[in-house]
Amino acid sequence: MTSPVESFVQQEYKYGFVTDIEADTVPRGLNEDIIRLISAKKEEPAFLLEWRLAAYRRWLDMTEPHWPNVQYPPIDYQDIIYYSAPRQAKPLGSLDEVDPELLATYEKLGISLSEQKRLSGVAVDAIFDSVSVATTFKDKLKEHGVIFCSFSEAVREHPELVRKYLGSVVPAGDNFFAALNAAVFTDGSFVYIPKGVTCPMELSTYFRINAADTGQFERTLIVADEGATVSYLEGCTAPKRDTNQLHAAVVELVALEGATIKYSTVQNWYAGDSEGVGGIYNFVTKRGKCAGARSRITWTQVETGSAITWKYPSVILQGDDSIGEFYSVAVVNNRQQADTGTKMIHVGRNTRSTIISKGISAGRGQNSYRGLVKMLPKAVGARNYTQCDSMLIGNACGAHTFPYIDVQHPSASVEHEASTSKIGEDQIFYCKQRGLDTEDAISMIVNGFCKDVFQNLPMEFAVEAQKLLGISLEGSVG
Amino acid sequence: MLEIKNLTATAGGVEILRGITLTVNAGEVHAIMGPNGSGKSTLAQVLAGHPAYEVTGGSVTYKGQDLLDMEPEERAQAGVFLAFQYPVEIPGVTNAYFLRAAYNAKRKAQGLEELDPMDFLDLLEEKLKLVEWGPEIMSRAVNAGFSGGEKKRNEILQMAVLEPSLAILDETDSGLDIDALKIVADGVNALRRPDSATIVVTHYQRLLNHIVPDQVHVLAGGRIVRSGGKELALELEERGYEWLTEAAGAVA
Repeated sequence: MTSPVESFVQQEYKYGFVTDIEADTVPRGLNEDIIRLISAKKEEPAFLLEWRLAAYRRWLDMTEPHWPNVQYPPIDYQDIIYYSAPRQAKPLGSLDEVDPELLATYEKLGISLSEQKRLSGVAVDAIFDSVSVATTFKDKLKEHGVIFCSFSEAVREHPELVRKYLGSVVPAGDNFFAALNAAVFTDGSFVYIPKGVTCPMELSTYFRINAADTGQFERTLIVADEGATVSYLEGCTAPKRDTNQLHAAVVELVALEGATIKYSTVQNWYAGDSEGVGGIYNFVTKRGKCAGARSRITWTQVETGSAITWKYPSVILQGDDSIGEFYSVAVVNNRQQADTGTKMIHVGRNTRSTIISKGISAGRGQNSYRGLVKMLPKAVGARNYTQCDSMLIGNACGAHTFPYIDVQHPSASVEHEASTSKIGEDQIFYCKQRGLDTEDAISMIVNGFCKDVFQNLPMEFAVEAQKLLGISLEGSVG
Repeated sequence: MLEIKNLTATAGGVEILRGITLTVNAGEVHAIMGPNGSGKSTLAQVLAGHPAYEVTGGSVTYKGQDLLDMEPEERAQAGVFLAFQYPVEIPGVTNAYFLRAAYNAKRKAQGLEELDPMDFLDLLEEKLKLVEWGPEIMSRAVNAGFSGGEKKRNEILQMAVLEPSLAILDETDSGLDIDALKIVADGVNALRRPDSATIVVTHYQRLLNHIVPDQVHVLAGGRIVRSGGKELALELEERGYEWLTEAAGAVA
C-alpha cells in the first residue's frame, strides 16, 4: 500500500539572501562594558542605562528555562554579537537618505519603504539587525497625534512616555530572555495613540536579521490611551545561515480604559534546512495589559518560521469587563519545534478571554500548545473559552497540549475544548476524486482548519498568511 | 466507455477482487449488487483510484485510456465521478469554495478558463434546484455536521456540478429515507445523458425502482456470479443472495 502522506521535499526559503552592507558592530560577548557601549552609541539618558544594568545583574543570577518541550544545544551567550547596525553617516532626515542597498533589500522582501509605492493604509517601521532604518508615514500619523517611530527615537523625543510604560507589562526581570532583552535591546518600534483616537492606518514593523552571529533583541511598546484603537502588524525574515541565531524580543502592549489593540504577527523566520541545521531561535516575550475597564487586546499570530519558537503572547485582564483574545496558527515542518500558546490572567470583574489555537505538524516537526488560564480571587464572573486543535500531516511529527487552568473564584467559568486530527488519506482522496491535486487538497484542508484564526487577521494579511501556509507545507506530501 | 477485464485487487494483502470483467457502454445504467463483503465498494474505490487498494492484475480501459495508469485526480478530470458511501467532512471549507475548486480543476484540465465566483454562483443556482436545496447550503462547510441524508444529497449536487461521463454511486441509497431517496434518484436520472454512463452499487432493489438499470450484476466473493436485466434485481429481492453465493462457492 502506498500512502500519499509521505516523503518530504523542502521548498526553498525565498527570503534567505544576505545583504552586503557595511555594519557598525560591537565586539562579541556580553558584559557591563558592552551594555554601556550600546547605551552610549544610542546616546541614551541615564535612567535607561541604569535600567539595562539592573536587568543585566538580574539576568546573571537567572537560568535559561528548560521546561519548554524543545531541544537545542546550549547557547553560548558570550559568542553572540549584541549590536550590529548598518553604517550611516548621519541621522536620516527622510527616506531618500536611506542606503539604496537597504531599500533594495526591503523591496526584495516585498516591503516597499517608498511611501508612494506603499499600499495605502499601512505605515511601516523597518528594523534591520539592531536598528530601525526607516519609518514611513510618520508625518501623516502625526496629524492625528499618533506617535509611530523607532524605539531609539522615542527615547530621544518622548522620554517621559518611555519611562512611564517601559517594563510596566514585562518587567526587566520577568524571565531569562526578557531580562537579557532588557539589558541589550537595541531598537524596536514605539507606538502611542492618544485619547479617543482611532489610528487612521494599519501600523506595521518588519524585522530583518541580516548580519551573521548577531542576536536581534528588539523591544516594541504600544500604548493605546483611553478610548484609542490601533491595529498593528509584525512580519519577520532572516537569511539562510547554517548557524542558529537568537531572536529574543519583548513586546509590551498597554490598553487604557476603553482602548483596543489588535496585534497580528506573521512570522516567517528562516526555519533551518530539512535536517534542522541553522534557523532562528525565537525566544520572545509578548504580553499585553488591559489596564483600564472595557479595554481589549487581541493577539493573532501565524507562525511558520524559526527553528525553535518559544512564545506565549499573553493578556493581563486587569480592568473590569476587559477582553483578551488569542488566535494562533503554528506550523512546524521538517525539524522545527514550537512551544507556544498564551496566558490569560483574569484580575478584574467580568473579564472575558478567548483562545483559539491551531497547531499543524508535518515532517518531523514537534508542536506544543502551552496555555494558562488564571482566574484570580477578584475575577467575579470571568469567563474563558479555549479551543485547541492539532492537525498531524504524516507519521513522524508530534502534537502536544499542555493546558494549565487555575480558577480562584467560584463564579468564573472556563471551557476547554481540544482535538487532534490526522489529515486523513480519506480527506485527500476525496478531494482528488473531485479533481484537485494533492497539494491543492492539503492546502484547502489546512486552510479550512485555520479558518477561525485567519478571519481575525487584517484582510491583506490574511491572504499573505494563506499563501505562506501553502509555501510552508509545499512538498510536505508526496 | 468502460471496459474492465479480469480485474484483481487486494487491500492490506487480502485479495478482494478476484477477476472482474464488465463492459459499460455510453447511455447505460449498470447496477452492481451483492451481499456485504462481496467487493462492491472495493470495485468502486479501485475504479476511482483509492490508494488503499492495490491492483494485482487485469485492465481497465476508460474512453480508450488505461484508467489504472491515471492518478485519481486525472480520472476525475476525465469525467469519472464517485459518489462516496461515506462522504468525507472538510471543516472550515465552504461547499461553495470546494465545488468551485473542483469545477475549475476540471475546466483547467480541459484547457478552459476558470469560472469566477460570481459566474459560478449562477451555475450553482440551477444545480441546487435539482437536489431541492436553497443557497444557504453553500456557506456550510463541506459535509461538516451534515446528516447522513444531507451528505448523500451533497454528493449528487457535486455530481450535478461536475457533469461526469461515468458516475459511480456507491451505496448512495443507504441511510436515506424515502423522500431523500427520491430526491437523490430524480437527481441522478436528470443527469443521465446519451454520452454518459452510470454504475449503481447497492444492496437493495428499492433504489432501482427509481433508477432503472439496463443490466444488473451480482458480485460474490470478488467475482460477478450472475448478470441479467432489471428483473434480476426483483428476483434477488425475493430470494436473497444465498442461492447465488452458494453457487459461487461451488465454483471457487
